[in-house]
Amino acid sequence: MKKSIDGNARELAAAPRVAANGLIDRRIFLQRSVAGGLALAGGMAGAHAASVGDGAQPWQKRIGAPMSAIGSPSKFVEGRMQRGVLKPYGAIAPGTGVSMTPLHELHGTITPNRLHFERHHNGVPDIDPDQHSLTIHGLVKRPLKFDMAALLRYPMTNRICFVECSGNSFFNTFPEAQALPAGMIHGLVSCSEWTGVPLSILLDEAGVDVRAKWIVAEGADAATMGRSIPLSKAMDDVIVALYQNGEPVRPEQGFPVRLVNPGYEGNTSIKWLHRIKVSDRPAHTKDETSKYTDLLPDGSSDQFTFTMGVKSVITRPSGGMTMGSKGFYEISGLSWSGAGRVRRVEVSADGGGTWADAHLHGPALDKSLTRFSIAWNWDGAPVQLQSRATDDKGRVQITRAQWKSGYGPGHVYHYNAIQSWLVNDLGEVSNAYL
Amino acid sequence: MRIFESSNVLTRSLALTALVFVAGFAVAGEPGLGRPAAEADIAAIDISIPPDGEGLPPGSGDAVAGKIVYDAKCASCHAMEGKGKPADSLVGGIGSLGSGKPVKSVGSYWPYATTLFDYIRRAMPLNAPMSLSNEEVYAVTAYVLSLSGVVSGNQTLDADSLPAVRMPNRDGFNDRSGVR
Repeated sequence: MKKSIDGNARELAAAPRVAANGLIDRRIFLQRSVAGGLALAGGMAGAHAASVGDGAQPWQKRIGAPMSAIGSPSKFVEGRMQRGVLKPYGAIAPGTGVSMTPLHELHGTITPNRLHFERHHNGVPDIDPDQHSLTIHGLVKRPLKFDMAALLRYPMTNRICFVECSGNSFFNTFPEAQALPAGMIHGLVSCSEWTGVPLSILLDEAGVDVRAKWIVAEGADAATMGRSIPLSKAMDDVIVALYQNGEPVRPEQGFPVRLVNPGYEGNTSIKWLHRIKVSDRPAHTKDETSKYTDLLPDGSSDQFTFTMGVKSVITRPSGGMTMGSKGFYEISGLSWSGAGRVRRVEVSADGGGTWADAHLHGPALDKSLTRFSIAWNWDGAPVQLQSRATDDKGRVQITRAQWKSGYGPGHVYHYNAIQSWLVNDLGEVSNAYL
Repeated sequence: MRIFESSNVLTRSLALTALVFVAGFAVAGEPGLGRPAAEADIAAIDISIPPDGEGLPPGSGDAVAGKIVYDAKCASCHAMEGKGKPADSLVGGIGSLGSGKPVKSVGSYWPYATTLFDYIRRAMPLNAPMSLSNEEVYAVTAYVLSLSGVVSGNQTLDADSLPAVRMPNRDGFNDRSGVR
């Protein structure tokens, strides 16, 4: 109980530095009681007052709000718990654009449903589930139609995975670094527990023809969005999702039923799913030819680049934040890979000159957001913070310059380069290209 | 750390259990709750048009007829003659893709004319999708392609001629799907 803040500061100061500018060995809090000591320091006040009421807060001394049918964030943070909405075409296409998860305001790895990112191509349809069905046809022995009541009776699987828009982080493809918070740059990724019917069960019931190699999945929105997906993926881990984090999938996430293709670019996880055509070839829809293809420097384009790259971003501290006094901070962020599990995240405080291993907070699930952190003693001087992820397939996150050199000018999809945050001598944090 | 490790093991064993459980159903042919889909019902919703044109409807149209529809229903977003703004540009940029300033348009980038027909028919105009007749879709497709010189001004497009249209960037894509 006697351990003082000064004592802890001394202990932190003595802790092993593992990279430049104050990064501390990730095992520090596993070896020592520094964290517990910090939390306890300064306790005891008020224990000997005349009435305990004198030292209590007003909300300890009156009845609180009653139970409510629907919960909501504290009014003190509600204003910050908002998606960032972008409508690039304005009033002529009000349902075309994105809203972005405020990653910098959140912690953990599961995205609250109300803050899961959106990408719509012509708005959110208002679907009556009693009028909705899923038809599977094409190269199958038995074309089938499933109404919602039938789908809800199937055995369901649960899995946690991220969904990331192929256009995520597009702001960082711009020539100048945009002064934006982490969520507005990287918030087209979210992570949920999805529950639904394995697509393979429904395809097996329809009886897939041996000639089949693709499925073409289509939504019932006002864009009738369609994408071709390899049959091998469809038979592997694709979910016909009915629930998200325990509740029915919300309208903006595809109510009453959507596809979830773990690790694949988000556009293929067709929302408002109403039709699957089994085929021996892709359909070459608008969104897999003119969009969501990757222009290369030679003028050709890569098509069907489904798997999202290995990626990480520091969310605290991040763009738009201002540091407090110098001293201890926990650097924290998110990492993920469309190819598997994150195996390692390294953090640099000197713009990539030296790196230290961050602690990965388990479980580091397959194709899921994984939280990392590392202790840091900021000495008040300017620093450049970066994180670099490696996945279990050995893929390592690359620099922005490396990423840019691999694509044609103006390319925006599949951006997964290292994010740099500049902390200046005033403690102001901003997006930077190094 | 120990907690994380053991929950990881738990997650894996749960996943295995789920697989076994689910596979059991499939082998038994249950639940089998899908109802047979009637051919007419499928035909009504199967609007996918792949590059070989399978599924293209009867009807035809040319650029002259297409310009009338385009000017009335498309130009407010794509501008006259497809020059773009506020919505995407439909013309220009042919030959620019490997340059320092690549311009992607229907004419310069789209590999298949069938995709243009498919997309207009299902999603355009944005404020009234699926409102055009098949004849109008053929005609608008012909007009948009004529703006880039991909088809001539008097060429009629139908289920036979549309798949035969060769787009300038037809060979510009590398299939990375791994599907063979």
